Amino acid sequence: MTAFLAKRIGIGLITLIVASVVVFSVLEVLPGDPALLMLGMNATPEALASMREQMGLNAPLIVRYLNWVGGMAVGDFGRSFTYSSPVIDLIAERAVVSLPLAVISLILSTAIAIPVGIFAAARRGKVGDTVSMGVAQVGVAVPNFWFALLLIYVFAVWLRLVPAGGFSGWGGGIWSGVKSLMLPAIALALPQAAILARVTRSAMLEVLGEDYIRTARAKGMPRRYVLWRHALRNAMIPVLTIMGMQFAVLLAGTIIIENVFYLPGLGRLVFQAITQRDLIVVEGVVMLLVASVVVINLVVDVLYAVVDPRLRVR
Amino acid sequence: MKLLKSIVLASALALAASTSSMAQRTDVVIGMVLEPPHLDPTAGAAAAIKEVGYANIFEGLTRIGPDGTVHPQLAKSWDISDDGKTYTFHLQTGVKFHDGAEFNAEDVKFSIDRAMAADSVNPQKALYSAIESVEVTDPATVVVKLKHPQGAFTWNMAWGEAAIVSRSSADGNKENPIGTGPFKFENWAKGSSIKLAKNPDYWGEAVALDRAEFRIIPDAAAAIPAILSGDVHAFSNMPAGDALPQIQSDPRFKVVIGSTEGETVLSTNNKKAPFDKLEVRQAIAHALNRDEIIAGASSGLGTPIGSHFAPHNPAYVDLTGTYPYDPAKSKELLAAAGFPDGFSATLKLPPPPYARQGGEIIASQLRQVGINLEIIPVEWADWLSQVFAEKNYDLSLISHVEPNDINIYARPDYYFQYQNPEFNKVMEELDVTADEAARKELYGKAQRILAEDAVNGFLFQMPKVGVWDAKLEGMWENWPLSVADLTKVHWTE
Amino acid sequence: MSTTTVIAEQAGWRGILRLAFRNRSFVIGFVITAVIAAMALISFVWTPYDITNLVVADRMKGLSAAHPFGTDHFGRDILSMIMIGARNSIAVAVVAVALGIGIGVPLGCWAAARGGWVDEMLMRFNDVVFAFPALLSAVMITAIFGPAAINAIIAIGIFNIPVFARVARAGALSLWPREYILAARAAGKGKAQITIEHILPNIASILLVQGTIQFAIGILAEAGLSYLGLGAQPPMPSWGRMLFDAQTRMMVAPHLAIFPGLAIVVTVLGLNLLGDGLRDVLDPKLRRER
Repeated sequence: MTAFLAKRIGIGLITLIVASVVVFSVLEVLPGDPALLMLGMNATPEALASMREQMGLNAPLIVRYLNWVGGMAVGDFGRSFTYSSPVIDLIAERAVVSLPLAVISLILSTAIAIPVGIFAAARRGKVGDTVSMGVAQVGVAVPNFWFALLLIYVFAVWLRLVPAGGFSGWGGGIWSGVKSLMLPAIALALPQAAILARVTRSAMLEVLGEDYIRTARAKGMPRRYVLWRHALRNAMIPVLTIMGMQFAVLLAGTIIIENVFYLPGLGRLVFQAITQRDLIVVEGVVMLLVASVVVINLVVDVLYAVVDPRLRVR
Repeated sequence: MKLLKSIVLASALALAASTSSMAQRTDVVIGMVLEPPHLDPTAGAAAAIKEVGYANIFEGLTRIGPDGTVHPQLAKSWDISDDGKTYTFHLQTGVKFHDGAEFNAEDVKFSIDRAMAADSVNPQKALYSAIESVEVTDPATVVVKLKHPQGAFTWNMAWGEAAIVSRSSADGNKENPIGTGPFKFENWAKGSSIKLAKNPDYWGEAVALDRAEFRIIPDAAAAIPAILSGDVHAFSNMPAGDALPQIQSDPRFKVVIGSTEGETVLSTNNKKAPFDKLEVRQAIAHALNRDEIIAGASSGLGTPIGSHFAPHNPAYVDLTGTYPYDPAKSKELLAAAGFPDGFSATLKLPPPPYARQGGEIIASQLRQVGINLEIIPVEWADWLSQVFAEKNYDLSLISHVEPNDINIYARPDYYFQYQNPEFNKVMEELDVTADEAARKELYGKAQRILAEDAVNGFLFQMPKVGVWDAKLEGMWENWPLSVADLTKVHWTE
Repeated sequence: MSTTTVIAEQAGWRGILRLAFRNRSFVIGFVITAVIAAMALISFVWTPYDITNLVVADRMKGLSAAHPFGTDHFGRDILSMIMIGARNSIAVAVVAVALGIGIGVPLGCWAAARGGWVDEMLMRFNDVVFAFPALLSAVMITAIFGPAAINAIIAIGIFNIPVFARVARAGALSLWPREYILAARAAGKGKAQITIEHILPNIASILLVQGTIQFAIGILAEAGLSYLGLGAQPPMPSWGRMLFDAQTRMMVAPHLAIFPGLAIVVTVLGLNLLGDGLRDVLDPKLRRER
């Protein structure tokens, strides 16, 4: 187990290092001068030169890479060019929006998808199955930003039940924060729920087709008992994998939704930072997201190994 | 479905609780499109910095009022010497910065010297170009000596970039702006909102609002529901686009279409072939149908212009008839210039909707006369470096929002790459002319030269789409400066 | 995977097709996909209106006999826009899938055939690519190289490579221990030749299923990127851009948002049904469950 763990962690580290080189070199070729962007159309050449010096844009590439990676290792992500505040602070400010948003979406999609998936599997081929899977089929096909638009116009503009967008902050209590994340969470959750429901259904069907389930049924165990006790537990493995992947997708995939609802989250931070050529912010957020994917994968791998010792050999 | 129903119900209840018990309101939420990169007006060109800070947090020697004229601010009054080269400013006394520091003449000298210094990062350093020296005679008097008379000097000192900052806190203004204004900076949730609170120690007339919040709403799609749902009370200039009629017809809102200093032009690279030929530029001018462009790019709200000058300015001359829409004439001119079959070129468009939409319409109009434009959308950063700094472009479309900026056509290295000694002479004369009638005459001449040379495709003056709650008063109706001055804003009930 | 390949070996393509047309999902998906593809093809020679000609006076007109889906903010016919937009969506998705197959499948087959460090490298490459949030990276790529359809294709295509590499590798790995392949090896055939002659034909069916799925994902991704302004550029219409343009006008002219949105939903739905149908047909185990 130790050897297995060491190998997985080693692979994770290599992934991170390769990713850091890719991110850094890709972003350094980005055209555009951040100093010019800050000072605008009437700036004099001297003002530009002193701004560039101030922003540390004149150091050699390799020095900047090493400084950056070394800083990140101790939690220092550098300073934003445009906001002139530490990147880690910006990330922390935005994470309190994106993280809860991703968590709420995941909870919503799980709460909808798993019962629907089980229900559909249990009524395989019947009307309930056909209808719920038909809806899921459509759900997978709906672009979340389009769904978000429809939600805004129905719930925020016509019914005026929830804010149209923006984030009121957690200062006004948990509920007011959750309220402003409600529509975006629903918009994000729907397609994910549709995917998850389909995965749950087919995982359940797969397990229900296994010999031991047939045996259990043949031995006269009640259908419901078999479904919940044996089938669900085994079907959870693929379902959990998808959920792990979805969390990463949700965390990063909020770019569009955050733009639709003007939520000050990580996705918007990166999107704006790219257009403002605030490279250090883009690099920091992307690396953090990559790292979170690596960690999630690591955890999922380890969980698998705990559940199924045969996998450790791989 | 049950879940959804309970969510809907619960949120309705919460909303009802939060909207009850309203007395005379003293808070306001102002929507703004662009988030400022920081809040120091002396260190960044972004208009959003001034939108938050101008007259609210920071004050200058003078200020510009809603009508576009210069008013005294930190300078109570001023005397101008007979040769027009010495300005003596008499300052307000008893003024304190938000951090408690006393304001006096030394701060004025410090602020001006800082902006003029070699390592200054002030984006409008040119405002100070005429200043020779600044002297403090006593704590309430500052004498500014100019190299030559400058008709617009007090107007220059009213710009947001000319804010007076404190010696002790100037370096921290990006994150924690400290000025002398009626509002104090309170908090900035990056990407979301900037909050200001009333300054209880304000030296001047007290403001009606206790707190003000600038909510950052970057796109039209979010702005419309934000105002309709009441999340935001006002937009100085709302990106409402084609949804405006919807808001106009709603009695809860007041919509005021005002003027701005934004001349929207089809920027043309005058040195690059074939645009170096006058006939080609004239052909383009004849091929542009301004009415269609205004309908499509500004929802029909823009005012057509025929030169680079704001129609609300007293010195404005209507030159929209110089090259009327006439595709046949345009083709003739193209043929005369040696392009009977037209030619291909690129059109680089910055991000704002007016540019992207106007660009599509212009591309379609020029195609009618045989000019095929490839549309290249660019981010601001790329626009600034490729088009503006490197002049690597054929055509572009942008609104020039600096007030009274016709003099950019005299700059030798400006991105239009336009050179006309005759025009430069007019500008030189203008800089040293103080007589209003003579200035007006010169401005007229300058406008005519630009129109006849068809330097750029002159399209329309950008409208200011002011939208606010019908019960809110005191917002600026026009935009001589792109600011959100809250000093006179109040609720009527 | 292995069962899929077995059925392909036994039934042959014609048999599979016969089965497929008895599958409801497949038939619905096939019809939808065919209609969309036909629309895109017809748009090359004919559309109801010329969309390069803007008629600003006719902007945002509602549904009528002349314009069944209304007109947009430039007075262009929305039906014509959707037809040409289909071309764009399909082109982006097809090329992105082709990129994934063209690079991913050889990589996957190579890794399966060679094993050892090649296999290990491929897996690590996959780890790295999968660790990048796809949409975010696509935004980065298009931001760097400029917004254009070609960059959207690259951005989407890159993430298809590891998907196909993994599917091809898994499929190939399950085939290598087969007797007939062992026999071929014994007959002195090289690994490359075996891969071409035996492995590829037998993993083609799973690649086809994966291809339709990635195709649908590609269409959604393209819509998302063009919605953010990073995909196809005007005057080339694209569904995502149409939605972006529609957003601010939704209250005045809801048809602007409804039809392009429906076009995306219907197309993706059709492709997913097609993929599901194919998988049902090719995977006898699941079919037995139905």
